[in-house]
Amino acid sequence: MDLAHRILPGADKRVQLMATCLCDAFYADAARATVEVLEYLGCQLEFPEGQTCCGQPAFNGGDWAASRKVVRHTVRTFAGELPVIVPSASCAAMLFHGALLEFEKEPDLPEVKQLASRTWELADFIVNGLGVKSWPGRYEAKVAFHRSCHSRGTETGPAALTLLSSIAGTTVVPVGEAEQCCGFGGTFSVAFPNVSTRMGALKLEHVRALQPDVLVGIDMSCMMHLGGLAEKAGEPIKTQHLAQVLRDSLKNGKLL
Amino acid sequence: MAKQPIDQFVAKLPADTRAAVYQSTKATHEKRAKMLLDQFADADRLRQLAGEIKQHVVENLDTYLPQVEAKLKANGAQVHWAATSEEACATVLKIMQARGATKMVKAKTMVSEEIELAHYLEKRGIEALETDLGEFIVQIDHDTPSHLVRPIIHKNRREIAQSFEREGLGAYNDDPETITRRARKFLRHKFLAADVGLTGANFVSAESGRLAVVTNEGNSRFSLAATKCHIALVGIEKLVPRDRDLGLFLNLLARSATAQQLTVYTEFISGPKAATQPDGPEEMHVIFVDNNRTEVLASDCRSILRCIRCGACLNVCPVYRQASGHAYRSVYPGPLGSVLSPLLAAEKFAEKADLPKACSVCGACNEACPVNIPLPELLLRLRDKGKREHAPLASAGTPPMGAWAMMASSPFVWKTALFGGKLIDLVPHKLVPVPAMQAWTEKRTLPKWQGGDFRRWMKNRKTS
Repeated sequence: MDLAHRILPGADKRVQLMATCLCDAFYADAARATVEVLEYLGCQLEFPEGQTCCGQPAFNGGDWAASRKVVRHTVRTFAGELPVIVPSASCAAMLFHGALLEFEKEPDLPEVKQLASRTWELADFIVNGLGVKSWPGRYEAKVAFHRSCHSRGTETGPAALTLLSSIAGTTVVPVGEAEQCCGFGGTFSVAFPNVSTRMGALKLEHVRALQPDVLVGIDMSCMMHLGGLAEKAGEPIKTQHLAQVLRDSLKNGKLL
Repeated sequence: MAKQPIDQFVAKLPADTRAAVYQSTKATHEKRAKMLLDQFADADRLRQLAGEIKQHVVENLDTYLPQVEAKLKANGAQVHWAATSEEACATVLKIMQARGATKMVKAKTMVSEEIELAHYLEKRGIEALETDLGEFIVQIDHDTPSHLVRPIIHKNRREIAQSFEREGLGAYNDDPETITRRARKFLRHKFLAADVGLTGANFVSAESGRLAVVTNEGNSRFSLAATKCHIALVGIEKLVPRDRDLGLFLNLLARSATAQQLTVYTEFISGPKAATQPDGPEEMHVIFVDNNRTEVLASDCRSILRCIRCGACLNVCPVYRQASGHAYRSVYPGPLGSVLSPLLAAEKFAEKADLPKACSVCGACNEACPVNIPLPELLLRLRDKGKREHAPLASAGTPPMGAWAMMASSPFVWKTALFGGKLIDLVPHKLVPVPAMQAWTEKRTLPKWQGGDFRRWMKNRKTS
């Protein structure tokens, strides 16, 4: 994956938003926060109505033929030259890494590559696309940050930490064994429920040891898994998407 | 719906085994990571370099294999080629029979496990004794190794003490030092009485034909010192181009495998005993084993042949940490094994098609791998292969994706499902007859359905 060749926003900061299927179905507020944060930064958002999913569930589940069908739909839906912003490290990685793998021998690989070169994970876009290195407002909280696995090898993790640790009132506490997966893993979470939930329990142990006010992620999938696990165990934890923290910080600072 | 064997294995694994495997792998991984960070300015670059060198070797085996054969012959060693595991075992047997040999001492070699050499020889009346302490314990227990570097990571010292007592190696005593002393005493006589010493090779230099063999117990060195005939079993991918490459690889191997700067013993063997040398094997045989590696080489997963069998990917893998090695039903467990085992199984791929699914695609293995193998990518490729070849184990537990793809490529159907999905909150989740839903909700809650809420919000603010 070559992150150096991504399309930067133009002077008018017009971008397309890929809300992700998970926000579409379960986490409307994370998507709303993404919109509010990007608009605060002066972006003009387009929301292609035909969008569905990035195709990752089938890619990860091994059904590449099914996944390609969805990726082709996504490529058509996000036509154009604008940067595509995704509030998920995982969906972004699907588009700039996974899709390229499953289209390796397909005639429409160039179209897929074109979308890949325009795709940005939200935090990465804010910090490296728009050049914003600190975040205004105020957010009083001890934050445990979950660096989701699909941000490995990308600028997303450092970007998210840059933003979080710059917020007035926010203390970021490092989670133990940060390189260990939370156990979600897409279809893995239901095909291997025993392994998946044991992995999640270990992650929760590390998080709980810190007694944070909130667990912040860049992928609602990990949050759904960890939050769901904690709730089922009778000890719910508060989870938020990074975009929600950024939006709330703006609101607290009366900037929104 | 059919369940995943590894997940079932994990559910039944005794808690103390899981704890032992977890603690031990975690400790080694953390020590290794710290060591690399502390000792090298850019350890990542070293991994990449080592990966590039091994990839170069893998792609140029047609040049390097004849080169190493010529060198080894010039050094006085005899070179054999084995296309299959059967051929490899038969070659060992033939060499032994030609010498009238009946006793072998074996150093730890994964390829000998792969071809099941010890069983083969034992069935034919030849004693093939494991001399690595861990492998020795595996052998007396008629067990199988559960880790590349630590074959008995799944056993505790009480179990080992019981095995020693049963085998007549002394009254029950679970003190590790006592156990080691007893094994040492027993093995010492075996070394002296053996006819043949068998080792693997961690690396072979194509430039000089020199074999590099590393151990921490000195058992391979003892095998070579005490016997008159040395047989080395070597996978065809074990080459490095030049002697000077060994510096890089030995540094990475010891740190990656056991978080040591260097293994306690590192032997370089370039041929049988020279006329001027007083001791050592008078005969040396190197058997290069293919056993379906050529097929792997021809596939889009050939980068797995870079592997130097260090076990770093096992130690960092969150699934291996929960499952331990036997869950993988293969000589090679963990991320590396989940790629290599199904590939080496060749026409029996379907029997191992679940292994590439036993992974959350977290990528930790790739970050740890000293030869930078893109393990997650290879695992994903094999998932696709399993699906295309209709291997039932590849699909067990995974929700069917065809209908989902239809939905996700039609905006109308998608939106209908988003708005209609609210129905799911009207019934208790445990009553929804969808296996994936059951698997999710057994230990996790599902958030409230908000399908379409965001779209409605977007639309309203546009019009307002």
